[in-house]
Amino acid sequence: MIRKAYFGVILLTLVLCFGQSDDIAAEQLVKAMDYNLNAKTRILTSKMVVHGRRSSRTIESRSWVKGINQAYTEYLAPPREAGTKMLKSRDKLWTYSPQTDRVIQISGHMLRQSVMGSDMSYNDMMEDRPLTDLYEATVEGSEVIEGRKHWILFLEARVTGLSYPKRRAWVDAEYLLPLKEELYAKSGKLLKSTSMDGIKKVQGRWFPTRFIFKDELKRNSRGTEWIIDDIAFDKEIPDSRFEKAILRK
Amino acid sequence: MIRFLTKGLLRDRSRSLFPVLVITLTVTLVIFSIGFLKGTMNSLLLDTAVILTGHEKVVTRAYHEESQLMPNDLALLEVDQLVADLHQNYPEFFWSPRIKFAGLLDVPDENGETKIQGPVLAVGIDFFSDGSREIELWELERLMVSGRLPEHRDDVLISSKLADQLNVKAGESVTFIGSTMDNAFSTYNFNIAGTFNLRKGQTDKQMMLVDLSGARAALDMENAASAIFGFIHSLYYDDEAAVMLRDEYNETHSDSLDIFSPFMLALRDGNQMGTMVDISGAIMAIMGGIFLVVVMVVLWNMGLMNGLRRYGEVGLRLALGESKGQVYRSMISEAVIIGLTGTVIGTGIGLALTYYVQENGIDYTKGIEALSNSSMVMPNVFYAQVTPDLLYIGFVPGVLATVLGTMLAGLAVYKREMAQLFKELET
Repeated sequence: MIRKAYFGVILLTLVLCFGQSDDIAAEQLVKAMDYNLNAKTRILTSKMVVHGRRSSRTIESRSWVKGINQAYTEYLAPPREAGTKMLKSRDKLWTYSPQTDRVIQISGHMLRQSVMGSDMSYNDMMEDRPLTDLYEATVEGSEVIEGRKHWILFLEARVTGLSYPKRRAWVDAEYLLPLKEELYAKSGKLLKSTSMDGIKKVQGRWFPTRFIFKDELKRNSRGTEWIIDDIAFDKEIPDSRFEKAILRK
Repeated sequence: MIRFLTKGLLRDRSRSLFPVLVITLTVTLVIFSIGFLKGTMNSLLLDTAVILTGHEKVVTRAYHEESQLMPNDLALLEVDQLVADLHQNYPEFFWSPRIKFAGLLDVPDENGETKIQGPVLAVGIDFFSDGSREIELWELERLMVSGRLPEHRDDVLISSKLADQLNVKAGESVTFIGSTMDNAFSTYNFNIAGTFNLRKGQTDKQMMLVDLSGARAALDMENAASAIFGFIHSLYYDDEAAVMLRDEYNETHSDSLDIFSPFMLALRDGNQMGTMVDISGAIMAIMGGIFLVVVMVVLWNMGLMNGLRRYGEVGLRLALGESKGQVYRSMISEAVIIGLTGTVIGTGIGLALTYYVQENGIDYTKGIEALSNSSMVMPNVFYAQVTPDLLYIGFVPGVLATVLGTMLAGLAVYKREMAQLFKELET
């Protein structure tokens, strides 16, 4: 673990040094983003504010994430959603709702459905693999947005079956986070756009406290905010947290 | 005079019985054919109306824009009040809320784990309210394959095709997976009360019928509905009346600047339904017209033949001193009496026959089942329809054609020369 942390610090230093010149290596940039956004484990409490066409709803949840294959979420509020649980284990996703007392596997076209009415799909939730494993990156240039330098990074899938085969990210040169991103279909059609703000340093890495997702296919979509109230990296999480039996507990 | 002519007609059966029989038969045929044609066209429209459009449908303006996506987040709110207002303001229609939604139906195994899933297209209809005519509209009592009609909020009916696909039967429990009105994830347990077969091709392939209260509980749509359907009490679609009501409602109740304001659509406003309504009207007019013309030619010809057959009688009457005008008028009066008698009897029989088929229908189930791969919404029992115009339409061929034929034949009276009459009579 210590060795990994050292590697991260060295990578970040290298990128920060290169970050000042225009010929920054795209791969290093993607690795730095992965380092900031991923961790061995994450425990977070968050709020999802879904802006509907008539009203907005706030859904509170607590999640435990281990690596890229295991995640467990418990919904805390509002009352209709409270007690609903969701478990991801490798490529499978189950949900449990206390109203029906049923554990249901979400598969097939249901994975493209929205999570709790938000602009995020179950596929978005499932896809946690590092960008370096999935995309070939090229730097298209740089742009100054609100006084901050951003690298424009174009990512093209190197594996098949991804929800977004192409994406373009505006990566903050200091935070090394994609503060703005556009996600495209293979045809080049814009499917989703995301942005993040409220960047804070948490346990040695820059991490956003608010994400905004917008499904560009939804007409008149007002987007979904995902606000991280509290996050802790690399804490031990017992394996029992990711067993299917926890859903009915 | 009329009494005299009537007596003459009754005493000479060759002049009365056969013509009256022909006119009666022809008028009966005209009345029944037009009534059956109208009923059949209405059956075609009614099937679509029951499932998709209603004779009238009230939705929000925003829902109408995206109706293909079944956007229940844009549904009507405060529906009880809206329905009460519609009943009060437009009593010639009956109004009923509907919720249309889609999702997955999940069948559990003995451990409560997913055994099989399949897509479902559900319609929430009012099964339980007093005076609700949904069971009659969907003809569910006739179309049930197994089980019973829903008795509780969470009871559902699923199509026999969907039941076969999911390998479930009446009495089992299934979980609906979908989205609430707020697009939140929703799971809800339903009990399969029975299965049905609409016998309309692929229309009900993934169909589930649920009571409105069950749909509202599953989708968190308290006092909301996707649409409010309106039907004319007789179930006979009157396009003119529907369009007039739509225009009036939208003018007085709908705000074009408010996307959530209620907006009324007539049956013809549904996808390509306008063309269908127009085409069915045109087909009916053309077929009815052709039939009427053929029948008129037949009766005209009969009037003509009747006139010519009486050539000798007319000559004798003229020879006895009756004026040509008197003979001509008496022939026409007789034609009117015969025409009226035949038409009245024919209209009576035609209406009775049409009414019988209106109530009982003619079942083409086997023929329609053979077309079950077609995606068209087809009725399998065809009903006739008694409409007010059937009361007078028979008079056109029955009286008018007969009288015109007689008038034409009678013109020969004026061509007869007195000098020739006795010669003719001698032979």
